Amino acid sequence: MCTDCGCSITEHQKTHQHLQDNPQLNDKKTIDVITKILDKNDHEAGHNREHFNAHNVMCINLMSSPGSGKTALLEGLADLADFNFGVIEGDLETNRDADRLKAKDIQAHQIQTGSACHLDAFMVHKALHHMDLDAMDVCFVENVGNLVCPASYDVGSHLNIVLVSIPEGEDKIAKYPVMFRQADLILFTKTDLLPYFEYDMEAEKAMARKLKPNVDILEVSTKDEASMKKVANWIKFKMEMR
Amino acid sequence: MHEYSIVQSLLDSCEEYAQANDAINVTKVVVKIGVMSGVEPDLLQTAFNTFKEHTMCEEAEFVINIQPILIKCNACEQESTLSKNEYGCPICQGVDVDILDGEEMYLMQLELE
Ligand SMILES: Nc1nc2c(ncn2[C@@H]2O[C@H](COP(=O)(O)OP(=O)(O)OP(=O)(O)O)[C@@H](O)[C@H]2O)c(=O)[nH]1
Ligand SMILES: [Mg+2]
Ligand SMILES: [Zn+2]
Ligand SMILES: [Zn+2]
Repeated sequence: MCTDCGCSITEHQKTHQHLQDNPQLNDKKTIDVITKILDKNDHEAGHNREHFNAHNVMCINLMSSPGSGKTALLEGLADLADFNFGVIEGDLETNRDADRLKAKDIQAHQIQTGSACHLDAFMVHKALHHMDLDAMDVCFVENVGNLVCPASYDVGSHLNIVLVSIPEGEDKIAKYPVMFRQADLILFTKTDLLPYFEYDMEAEKAMARKLKPNVDILEVSTKDEASMKKVANWIKFKMEMR
Repeated sequence: MHEYSIVQSLLDSCEEYAQANDAINVTKVVVKIGVMSGVEPDLLQTAFNTFKEHTMCEEAEFVINIQPILIKCNACEQESTLSKNEYGCPICQGVDVDILDGEEMYLMQLELE
């Protein structure tokens, strides 16, 4: 049982380890350990998921480059989603994104990471204790804008949405495969700008499906309410599947 | 540059294992880094060299074994190593595959004294 908050995850399973005595060197020994390097983060992430599950909340980790439209998507969902949600915001500095959501009457808690280029499960756990999970159906984690580092850290989400905006240009999926491989849903954002950019949408989608054959894909623009509604529907559908 | 925080986690684990085994020094650290784990081996090496100072790993040799993506196809039941980031079976072109290795990073082995 978690001594911090009483959730029911048991302590770390001790990883199997066994000794091999090295006959040549009498005071050295080699041990096989086979432990995930981010073992402690993964454990904490499991623990966060327990919190969400205990409150019947689905957690979605939003990841993208800086400025791809994560906060704009959440602002849009505030106007049309038929589920309640809260947001844990991660940025290096400022409370601006949390303030933008609070202005829309969305419960939001800002984490300022200082120099950390990603959120980890420990940061999200701390933030969780500031959130009223009973007042929401979905908790979004808006990760630090970065297509590299957040991909390696499980924060305890049930689903990952990765956004890529048209002005970022082609080949983002091919260049950042680890991130897009983590996606349950890829959102191509700012599609209202397609007329102004060289962007082969079909080629990008084909790339995404090579990397992750079963990934879901939607195109969105904040200027097109129907496209935003599709995102809300996808989330609603996933909620019903849990 | 999350390689720095990854190395911090790695050094913590090494110290825990060393202490649990009553060792005074770690002389070798072997890790397995999946090509799709999101970690850049060169940056990891640099981060390790920077942060090992004043830890039990100060003198340790750091060995990084790179692990390609290993899949098992659920259609033809063959295991394959992927040479491109295309997650399908190179033998039967099926896309229902299990990922066996290559997306994680592990501490594998320690040499202690
Ligand atoms: N034209 C257009 N602009 C958009 C759209 N979505 C977002 N933007 C603009 O893109 C800019 C960045 O959007 P944000 O929502 O702040 O992006 P973000 O991903 O939250 O950024 P960080 O949190 O800093 O990583 C803002 O000026 C938005 O108005 C869209 O669909 N169409
Ligand atoms: Mg934002
Ligand atoms: Zn807890
Ligand atoms: Zn096959």
